[in-house]
Amino acid sequence: MSDLVIKVDAVSKLYKLGVITSGTIREDIRLWWKSRIKGNDSWKRELKEEDYLWALKDISFEVRRGEVLGIIGKNGAGKSTLLKIMSRVTSPTSGSIKIKGRAASLLEVGTGFHPELTGRENIFLNGAILGMSKAEIRSKLDEIIEFSGVSRFIDTPVKRYSSGMYVRLAFAVAAHLEPDILIVDEVLAVGDMEFQKKCLGKMKDVSGQGRTVLFVSHNMAIMKSLCTRGILLEKGRIKVNGSIHETIDEYFSENKEVAKTGIIPDDFYRPYGTGEARFKVAYVINQGQEKTNELRFNERFRIKMELQALQDIKGALLSVQLKNGVHETVVFSSDYRSKFTTVDFCKGNHLVEVDFNTCLMPGRYLLTANLSFFNSGSVIDTAQNVFEFTVSNLAEPGKGDYLWGTVHGYVHADTNWVYKNLN
Amino acid sequence: MTWDLEIKPRNRFFDLRYRELWAYRDLILLFVKRDFTAQYKQTLLGPLWHILQPLITTLMYTFIFGNFARIPTDGSPGPVFYLSGIIIWYFFAGCFSNTSNTFLSNAGIFGKIYFPRLAVPVSVVISNAVRFFIQLGIFLAIAAYYIYRGDISPGTTVALLPLLLIIMALMGMGAGLLVSSLTTKYRDLSFFLAFGLQLWMYLTPIIYPASLWGEYRWILDLNPMTAIVETFRNGFLGTGQVSYLNLGYSAVFSLVIFFLGTAIFNKVERTFMDTV
Repeated sequence: MSDLVIKVDAVSKLYKLGVITSGTIREDIRLWWKSRIKGNDSWKRELKEEDYLWALKDISFEVRRGEVLGIIGKNGAGKSTLLKIMSRVTSPTSGSIKIKGRAASLLEVGTGFHPELTGRENIFLNGAILGMSKAEIRSKLDEIIEFSGVSRFIDTPVKRYSSGMYVRLAFAVAAHLEPDILIVDEVLAVGDMEFQKKCLGKMKDVSGQGRTVLFVSHNMAIMKSLCTRGILLEKGRIKVNGSIHETIDEYFSENKEVAKTGIIPDDFYRPYGTGEARFKVAYVINQGQEKTNELRFNERFRIKMELQALQDIKGALLSVQLKNGVHETVVFSSDYRSKFTTVDFCKGNHLVEVDFNTCLMPGRYLLTANLSFFNSGSVIDTAQNVFEFTVSNLAEPGKGDYLWGTVHGYVHADTNWVYKNLN
Repeated sequence: MTWDLEIKPRNRFFDLRYRELWAYRDLILLFVKRDFTAQYKQTLLGPLWHILQPLITTLMYTFIFGNFARIPTDGSPGPVFYLSGIIIWYFFAGCFSNTSNTFLSNAGIFGKIYFPRLAVPVSVVISNAVRFFIQLGIFLAIAAYYIYRGDISPGTTVALLPLLLIIMALMGMGAGLLVSSLTTKYRDLSFFLAFGLQLWMYLTPIIYPASLWGEYRWILDLNPMTAIVETFRNGFLGTGQVSYLNLGYSAVFSLVIFFLGTAIFNKVERTFMDTV
């Protein structure tokens, strides 16, 4: 147990919503006076239960040295609040957090940068704010300037920097912090691709040196490649505390029931759509016309959809997307491509089947169906992630199995191979 | 098993955490440096303003209050009389008003990273002290001229200067911390502060000698700044008297306001990010 570096124990955080106080002294004195006269109750009654929000409720977890912990959750799940409490920006309402070693947090890059100061001066200022000593910064100064790639402008005030240069310099300082525990909030989403790669490399180095990292991001691909463990937060509580794969899977499959059956209830969450029609069912069928959550390798499949038009619809376009395990769309197909025409639906129920000529590589896939107007492009209905299925390594009897551990790509393209002996 | 840090809901009521502040001394000095370099970037005269500001004010005061309104100066030549009051008041008012917007003007940084929040007010006081010493240099140069002419005669109470500075620093910082903590809830205070400070200045013997109040002098002595200005002038100009009783009152006053200010600052510091 000696390698425990963070122990979070029953941490809760309560926020008051709306206007915190009346904002003027006069009003506060009036309220206070009222409460004095009428007794304590009336003072309390002015703040109702709806005025409070538990941003975090009873959060407990432990982190060991060298672990890279990814914290996942939707907006408002409490990720930022948790990081803020761990970075001591705000304090918890109850509970405690114990930390061993030096912790540094990067909730933002370039905190405290002063526009009038030069790049060099800001390196010192920002470094000191992040907790580095002057001597420490001086010893790493060349490295930082080199890493930032703005050495030509290092003695120019940063207000003349482009935003890219600004961010690069800021990240360079942060990257040269050497804390035992690093707390990072989505700061990687800055700069161009090349710089992002550099940052990711640096993050990997940090965790490779046996440091502990706490990391929040919405980019699941980055999470998967960096983190060793994950925590899923939902409405201020911990829903999953386990391996990063487990956590991400859980995050994406909150509608497990729907994803298993492909039957879409009317109250299903539809982020947008004009609503003239709605998908009722969408799932995958195999060659035996059976609904299946598991396809074999090299097996042809179809997607079957039922939709209900609430009125006559003209000039519509249907499309389907398949997403991979980290929610990147990897296959797209629409009706337009095959027919060069749009489709009309009369009021009532309709059945649509999409026959795929290609086969998928082994892996996990999520189905999304879209219906939109072709001309305006406006979405009529979208059924996101309504069916989940896997493609296994094993093929149908008589065809070749997928024998390798690593899987490249998502679609096994239908190709012809021609061989000629050139001797 | 030992932990290096424990994050808990509430601090002890009064906890200055000197050691932590000391660990961040580099940051404090960088804040001071930032204040100086950033303040006069892109100005023509640059740091010369530190000197010009009190000099121009002194010229104006000498003309308006001395030559025009003919307010007495306890027998000292106008320029040294006004300048002495001005640099003392600038130091105190600087500590006070610059500290008083600690929370609001640093909300951006405070919301993103932790460092001992007291580093900001401490750096403000140091910045003001540096400025004070620059201005003191000018004052001494001008005073030297009048000493040479025999118009003023400094006394041994000059030695009390460090004490005066400490009292003013504690009082200015304490009052500033108090106001800054309260402005997180009540924005109206920051409007009030500008007027309040101006009024306070007129209730302090800056542009007139304390002796002007005659039999009502005791009212003026309730102002903890009175004894400071009087002692300073007694030391450098040889006017008036030093009342150790009044000075003691100022010292106690400054300590009380400092501890009160720090205690409330510490309390607000923990949760203020939730309210701004």
